[in-house]
Amino acid sequence: MKRIILTYITALSCMAAFAQETIYPAPPQGKTIYLINATIHVGNGQVIENGALTFTNGKITAVGNNLPAPAADGTIMDLKGNHVYPGVIAPLSNLGLTEVEAVRATNDFHEVGEINPSVRSLVAYNTDSKVINTLRSNGILLAQVTPEGGLIPGTSSVVQLDAWNWEDAAYKKDGAIHFYMPSLLPPPSTPGRFPVTKDVVAEFAEKTGQVRTFLREAKAYLQEDKHNEVNLKFEAVRKLFTKEQKLFIHCNFVKEMLVAVDFAKEFGIDVVIAGGADSWIIADVLKQNNIAVVLIQPHSLPVLQDDDVDQPYKTAAQLQQAGVLYCLSNEGFWQQRNLPFEAGTASTYGLTKEQALSAVTLNTARILGIDKSTGSLETGKDANIVISTGDLLDMRSSVVTHAFIQGREINLNNKHKQLYERYKYKYGLK
Amino acid sequence: MSKFSWPRKRLSRLCLLLGGLLAGSYARAQETFPVNGVADNREGCYAFVKATIVKNAGTVLNNATLVIRNGRIVSVGNGSVPKDAVVIDCEGKYIYPSFVDLYSDYGTPPVKKGPGGYRSEVQFLSATKGAYGWNQAIKSEVNAAAVFTKDDTGAETLRNVGFGTVLSHQQDGIARGTGVLVTLADERDNKAMIKEKASAQYSFDKGSSTQNYPSSLMGSIALLRQTYLDAQWYQSHPAKEGTNLSLQAWNDNRALPQIFEVSDKWDVLRADKIGDEFGVQYIIKASGNEYQRMPEMIATKASFILPLNFPQPIDVEDPNDARFVALSEMKHWELAPTEAAAFEKANIPFCFTAAGLKDVKQLLAAVRKSIEYGLSEQKALDALTLAPARIIKADDQVGSLEPGKLANFLLTSGTIFNENTVLFQNWIQGKKYVVKDEGWKDVRGTYTLTVNPGNAKYTLQLKGTAATPALSLIQQDTLTGTVTINGQLVKLAFPLKKGGAQLRLSGVAGATEWTGTGVDTSGKWVKWSAVFSAANNKPDSVKPKTALQIGNVYFPFNGYGWESLPKQQDLLIKNATVWTNEQEGKLENTDVLVRNGKIAQIGKNLPAGNARVIDGTGKHLTPGIIDEHSHIAISKGVNEGTQSVTSEVRIADVVNPDDVNIYRQLSGGVTASHLLHGSANTIGGQSQLIKLRWGADAEELKFAGADPFIKFALGENVKQSNWGERQRERFPQTRMGVEQVLTDAFTRARDYEKAGPNKRRDLELDALVEILNSKRFITCHSYVQSEINMLLHVADTFHFRVNTFTHILEGYKVADKMKQHGAGAGTFADWWAYKMEVQDAIPYNATIMQRVGVNVAINSDDAEMARRLNQEAAKSIKYGDMTEEEALKLVTLNPAKLLHVDAHVGSIKAGKDADLVLWSDNPLSIYAKADKTLVDGIVYFDREKDLELRQRISAERNRLVQKMLGEKKKGTPTQKAAATMEEMYHCEDLQGGHQQRLTDGNNEL
Repeated sequence: MKRIILTYITALSCMAAFAQETIYPAPPQGKTIYLINATIHVGNGQVIENGALTFTNGKITAVGNNLPAPAADGTIMDLKGNHVYPGVIAPLSNLGLTEVEAVRATNDFHEVGEINPSVRSLVAYNTDSKVINTLRSNGILLAQVTPEGGLIPGTSSVVQLDAWNWEDAAYKKDGAIHFYMPSLLPPPSTPGRFPVTKDVVAEFAEKTGQVRTFLREAKAYLQEDKHNEVNLKFEAVRKLFTKEQKLFIHCNFVKEMLVAVDFAKEFGIDVVIAGGADSWIIADVLKQNNIAVVLIQPHSLPVLQDDDVDQPYKTAAQLQQAGVLYCLSNEGFWQQRNLPFEAGTASTYGLTKEQALSAVTLNTARILGIDKSTGSLETGKDANIVISTGDLLDMRSSVVTHAFIQGREINLNNKHKQLYERYKYKYGLK
Repeated sequence: MSKFSWPRKRLSRLCLLLGGLLAGSYARAQETFPVNGVADNREGCYAFVKATIVKNAGTVLNNATLVIRNGRIVSVGNGSVPKDAVVIDCEGKYIYPSFVDLYSDYGTPPVKKGPGGYRSEVQFLSATKGAYGWNQAIKSEVNAAAVFTKDDTGAETLRNVGFGTVLSHQQDGIARGTGVLVTLADERDNKAMIKEKASAQYSFDKGSSTQNYPSSLMGSIALLRQTYLDAQWYQSHPAKEGTNLSLQAWNDNRALPQIFEVSDKWDVLRADKIGDEFGVQYIIKASGNEYQRMPEMIATKASFILPLNFPQPIDVEDPNDARFVALSEMKHWELAPTEAAAFEKANIPFCFTAAGLKDVKQLLAAVRKSIEYGLSEQKALDALTLAPARIIKADDQVGSLEPGKLANFLLTSGTIFNENTVLFQNWIQGKKYVVKDEGWKDVRGTYTLTVNPGNAKYTLQLKGTAATPALSLIQQDTLTGTVTINGQLVKLAFPLKKGGAQLRLSGVAGATEWTGTGVDTSGKWVKWSAVFSAANNKPDSVKPKTALQIGNVYFPFNGYGWESLPKQQDLLIKNATVWTNEQEGKLENTDVLVRNGKIAQIGKNLPAGNARVIDGTGKHLTPGIIDEHSHIAISKGVNEGTQSVTSEVRIADVVNPDDVNIYRQLSGGVTASHLLHGSANTIGGQSQLIKLRWGADAEELKFAGADPFIKFALGENVKQSNWGERQRERFPQTRMGVEQVLTDAFTRARDYEKAGPNKRRDLELDALVEILNSKRFITCHSYVQSEINMLLHVADTFHFRVNTFTHILEGYKVADKMKQHGAGAGTFADWWAYKMEVQDAIPYNATIMQRVGVNVAINSDDAEMARRLNQEAAKSIKYGDMTEEEALKLVTLNPAKLLHVDAHVGSIKAGKDADLVLWSDNPLSIYAKADKTLVDGIVYFDREKDLELRQRISAERNRLVQKMLGEKKKGTPTQKAAATMEEMYHCEDLQGGHQQRLTDGNNEL
């Protein structure tokens, strides 16, 4: 008990002393850490009341109720009344690729050109972005840093959010290629000041055709080892065909998603639908074809005037019911700190709380292909752990007090807390 | 018509022969014009006898005579036939007044489309050259009579569907100048023009104007209003103004019938309101969806010009495309043809126009459709003839058949709305225009044909329609042939046996028999004659009428609308946890009695009396959420950002009661929203506080008696930091300049207030004077501390108070100054990083300001987030340890105070409005849902009722989809399925009718 109090005091003193630039990445885990008397939300649906969790050298070594007594040289954290969660994962974000949306010089997520599979987000990921720390303090510990724009803007990598540079940050390199499918939404009916005359069907056919052709040619090219001229774009999708990479197809509406399913069939590749606003309509088709869905921003308005007012909130529950593998995402970068609350809403509208948690942890890890090392609090996985005094998915009670990435206790201070302290000081507030 | 039909000119000469009528290429004399050749003056006296004459929609004369002379009607009825009259036998024919169209651009020059879009070039003043007004969209000086030239092709098209007279104007701009009344006669312009200035024309559409202002509907409205005032002021010939031909014309045009074109039912009310303010009763050129709000239409007391361009059925074969078509669109397809019937039922004067019809030939089909959908035939005829003439006070000239009026009339084969009726001739100003010859004489019947040599006899039967008869040879097996009648010339061809060679005959249709020559099946010349032996006794077949099956109008016209508007009832909410926001705090197991829309009593175990009981066990009752910063329910533009000061524009003018986001926000517990102008300029427009009374019209949505507010803005948006490279001209481009805009505006306002009684009334300065006199209050979009500080100083200098800073993401840095000034704050819970000026935004902002003593609200600025404002408030518990009760006040009592309505709303207290939310859980928890949301004691959202509405939407969609599929199968032309869009705005949506794509979720602030 004494030790835990010490930890709290350390955290507080950090806040007062550190400026943003002195929020250091944490050193490797030293002593074994024992979390005891906690409510442990494993991430796979299981909850362990009065549970204990042990991690050593960055890995979880034990989770359960009646663990052997802690070793004498370990750190014990008595978490009575507190909750322990797996670190939340943001599956799609331009985090670290932008700092100020409106300032062009800070934007590094949209390269010129339509088909750029060789472009890699990882090398532009800025570990010193001031946004990152504001996510960690809400329990987001990993993110897939994703390029945008054109048809195929490049590859994304998963990073952990406590690093000196992008090399350190890399958690899974170049795990996914992204394809932003053009929309098949019929042009609007009321020709106002900006009448839309384009033929969306023709444009869709042309652009998806372009991507299809690219993949066919790439596949053929990759059958042959020797080439007079190396094609970097083809080389960049090699792992797609060996299923070491996934193709994230960004689309929302039924016909688009059906085309996405067809891509999976034709090329024998792993396809993930990103967006999926109308995925609830064809949940069974997605299930049948083992297509996973990243639902982007459940906190959205319904697609159509007639849709159920809570449709976007309950889509997750409909996918859950149909047995589709899905996870939840938020848009953007700074917004990711609200990702746990997207899950909270999904729970209000049909998921159990533990299912909702999986939707931002274990399901996400599965979809990103990192579930062997993270996504749940299970033995052998990385100790990516969040501790909160209350329900992490409800802003009413979510207060993150500690977080660990690969066993390293990370500093939860951030620019916002520092400015808070600065102005509390100004006004003499406690 | 035969493949070998004659060229048109020759044909019409033949027609003359057939009818024995004389009319033609002579020009009636016009005194001032010299004649080249021998004068050929004719009086053109005609007598049409034995006709069924429909003098006007209510008066039918049988076996009557119409006499005309010199282009006018001499007598109608049983008047004597003058000796010099050419007599035309009209037995079996009908005579109607030619139609009148009040909404035409016939004979006016084509209008170039405007540039549109807010990325167009910067243009502050009008590009019209000459001594005209400042705004290019005010074209009151345009005189349609001066630009009119007759257009032969256009005239023929209109004549052929029955029009004789049109009111034409140049359809361009907000004030469009005068309309000219012309006939469609093929005469000199001088003759065709019967009223040089017959109307003054207006719209909300700036048309071809390249000037930036106005870019929004509210800007158009403000411009109209200001122009009325300027024109009044101009009557005193102010020396400062010099000559202003636009204002001069505006004043000159005031005496004319004033016609206003709108594009939506709500625009009708907007136009009518402007009219009321300035003593003008507009005639409304309607949009076609007015049937959706008939009580409001009645209240305008306007006459209407109704279009007939009903939407085509939507091609819904592809269910995935059909999904994007909203029920409201489908219902509009079904109900649009009921418009005229609704106007007849409501006893509103109206007429029809062909304007908007893709093919003007569809005119009568569309009128027939209106009749099928409930319009009486008599009213339909009136709406094409006398009603339009009356509406523009031209019924002394046209519209009915009366002596002295223009001889504009139609000759038809039967009653005008019978689908088989043929329009033969359209006489205009006493001159005949043949529309269709075929069938003038109904030749159908049985004939005995004799062919010589050989004296072979055949029995022929002519069936089909009068205009296109079909021939058959009656014998053992009836054989079909062809018959072609071109004027007096006829030709027949038919085989004598199945598959055999044809007998071909050609000749002349005489008065008693047809005679001619031909070639028989063996190639020899023959002579022939055919004698009429018996008439067909079968009347023309008319499509059987099927009973109409149509859905109900919803209020608002939207899937979630009401079938009849809800009424207040007394309610007792029992045994809830009541968050009072008063000293009593949170009360467990408490009842709240609602009577007459007010909170009557709070206590334990209250008797229900007659009140409906709602069980609140396990639930939480809170005051309704008030969103201090919202842009929902706004039509056609949230910003009039074309000038830095636009205090004259008013959101009140453009409230859109149909916005489904009203309903969606009720589902999130919102009961009142402060609708703000955007943040594109320093001094934006006046705002409007509404209550979310779903189903009410714009006036009823308004929060009665609330203090007026206005939107100001500072920082990046007003200095155009993120508007792109082309927008670098508008002052200010820096925060330094913003101060000058403010100082200048208030200095001008102060001087204006002091100026004498004859000053030009300036609506922009009026609003600023109200601020100086604490009669209007500011809510100011702001981010960084320097600009907040600056505005406080400007306000202090001019001795007014800044009521609210909105967004105010650096408010925590100057909270002490705000408190000292008395300014409140409406902020976001946790937004940041989207632009440079929000780099220091922190989620602890609300807490710090509140703890320093500033009245703080959390608001949305976003239609989605507004549905979760309770959650946004709850973030202050997480960021800064606010208590739950204080957090709830951030979205209830505190915004009520900011808006000066806390005496009525914001807490649960006896006497206050019953604007309440019953939550399923602690309202600050993400797990809470609004079960019921009440405004004025009316349950506007009920989660159970919502489930029923979903069922209704699904059933109604399905019914209409099936109906449209049926139409397509029948061969009715369809329109492509197009996605129904919502109008959605954030602060920064720059100008004009921005419509958001369905998935465009960008929150750019």
